[in-house]
Amino acid sequence: MLDFLTNSLIYWLFAILFLLGFFGILANNNFMKKLMAMNIMQVAVIIFFLLLGQKLGGTLPVIWGTDYVVEHYINPLPHALMLTAIVVSLSTTGVALALMMRIQDHYGDLEEDEILRRMNK
Amino acid sequence: MREQFPSLIVVVPLAAALLSPFIAYFSKTLVRWLAIAALLVSNISAVAVLIRVLNGGVWHYHFGGWAPPWGIEYVLDPLSATMAILVSFVALVVAIYSGPYVKDYAKLKAGIFYSLFLLLSVGLVGMMITGDVFNLYVFLEISSLAGYTLIAAGGNKATVAAFRYLLVGTIGASFYLLGIGFLYAVTGSLNMVDLAERLLPLLDSRVVIVAIVMIMLGFGIKMAAFPLHGWQPDAYTYSHPAATPLIAGVMGKVPAYAALRFFFFIMPATAGPVHKALQVMGILAAAGIIIGSVMAIAQKDFRRMLAYSSVAQIGYIVVGLAIGNSLALIGGVLHIINHAFMKSCLFVVAGGIRWRTGEYRIDNYMELNKKMPLTMGALIIAALSMVGLPPTAGFFSKWYLVLGAIEEGMWFYVAIIIISSLLNAIYFFRVLENIYMKKAEKEYKDIYKGRKLELPLQMLVPVVVLGIGILVLGIFNESLVTQVIQFAIPGGGL
Repeated sequence: MLDFLTNSLIYWLFAILFLLGFFGILANNNFMKKLMAMNIMQVAVIIFFLLLGQKLGGTLPVIWGTDYVVEHYINPLPHALMLTAIVVSLSTTGVALALMMRIQDHYGDLEEDEILRRMNK
Repeated sequence: MREQFPSLIVVVPLAAALLSPFIAYFSKTLVRWLAIAALLVSNISAVAVLIRVLNGGVWHYHFGGWAPPWGIEYVLDPLSATMAILVSFVALVVAIYSGPYVKDYAKLKAGIFYSLFLLLSVGLVGMMITGDVFNLYVFLEISSLAGYTLIAAGGNKATVAAFRYLLVGTIGASFYLLGIGFLYAVTGSLNMVDLAERLLPLLDSRVVIVAIVMIMLGFGIKMAAFPLHGWQPDAYTYSHPAATPLIAGVMGKVPAYAALRFFFFIMPATAGPVHKALQVMGILAAAGIIIGSVMAIAQKDFRRMLAYSSVAQIGYIVVGLAIGNSLALIGGVLHIINHAFMKSCLFVVAGGIRWRTGEYRIDNYMELNKKMPLTMGALIIAALSMVGLPPTAGFFSKWYLVLGAIEEGMWFYVAIIIISSLLNAIYFFRVLENIYMKKAEKEYKDIYKGRKLELPLQMLVPVVVLGIGILVLGIFNESLVTQVIQFAIPGGGL
């Protein structure tokens, strides 16, 4: 049980978060809610990458005095990658919000079925 | 200077993209020429790289002098160099074509349009030549974000289409990112060459199998392979007419190329989980070929018809991967090139017709041959090429695919390719019949009547260049295959 809690629980939580976002995009009808679900999904991926860098007993990846042992530091590469992924997620959200403003201006609504009905009229 | 050509392919258009909103503030003409010049430099660099690669073998370019696997490297082999030429060439032609559309724009709007256009080209060309899987994700997102905005620039319907594509596309990108996360977790590397080495003993582990499924799902969404194509018809139909040829022609092929790179260069596709996954993709693609063609027959809007036919054409490329022997791979790669030319030519023609008459419904295309003879000539060439009649380019890629399928004894795919050629013939000959045979009952709007040329020169040149390009690709396909593509596929020649 302890093994499950320390080793695999966090990955289960990540998987639940990811699928929650995925389900949210599919199941919601409102564009705003879809966008929020999309953000949850992206955050789940970011958390997954950060988990890869984590190490028991590791500290910040800045050289500590004369300590050159790799095991004493966490892996900084996933963090660096995720900085890029966060920027991507930010700009995706920005573009999505801008598009949503245009949609709201023209259709006066953000419910998908209503917009599709008017679009194909 | 010669040593830096690989970086010029990407850096020059990227710098031009960042500069163009500022330059547009001074002059709209200047910004257009800047975009064209940047893409020309990119194209010339790609050609120079291909020549050097063909003579001197694979070129590993270390970006910023950092050696892999720590730094990012660009891997230039015959395949990636050819694809880089293809993307930058189509982008160049479409940039010329966009002139009349942006003429009436405000200065800033024109600048932003070219900025996004260049970013889209940078993303696509970068995906072709990068040797780092995370760098590929970044380029994928650059091209996608620029793509969403260019689609949304097409009007009110386009905004909705772009938003839905944004959601679906982000799901695809997230799956891809997660997939490479899994690969990183088991191998500790993101460099493609390094990954290929380290993955070999791990191929049957569960982590790698899940990663393969996720990467395939991500690329499947991005290339609009059946049944993940739901976003695609609306996006291609309503997107900005000056960007559609690039979006429809190249944006769907680049993930297909990336899939080829993943499943044949990084992982061995001949056996194991990749082989099984590709078989599934192949069966789905076969279904997509038939369904896409049938849906295309049912469409009244020319652009939407082309969009559904893209679903079918992407299917050919995936079928090429699924068959997996060298003949079929040659067919797949050749089809990436040919279809990029055919689809951009068709969308350039569709945009030209719409620009002049405002029409996009096939029923209203009557007697266009009298108004626009050259454009209709290009349309005929592209249509025959889509159907697959020699000597147009489309025949030869299908020929190689069929040969590959026969060699493997996969008669199912042979039947699918032949049936779908007949279906293609139905919907393209219907368009040609409307244009050439039927009499126009009423006079249609015509904003360019009585001029010497049928379209402005900036639009006419791309139409003619792409139309002739299809013929040239068809006639010289043998030298293209024996001199370049043969070395480009895994296990062939080099």
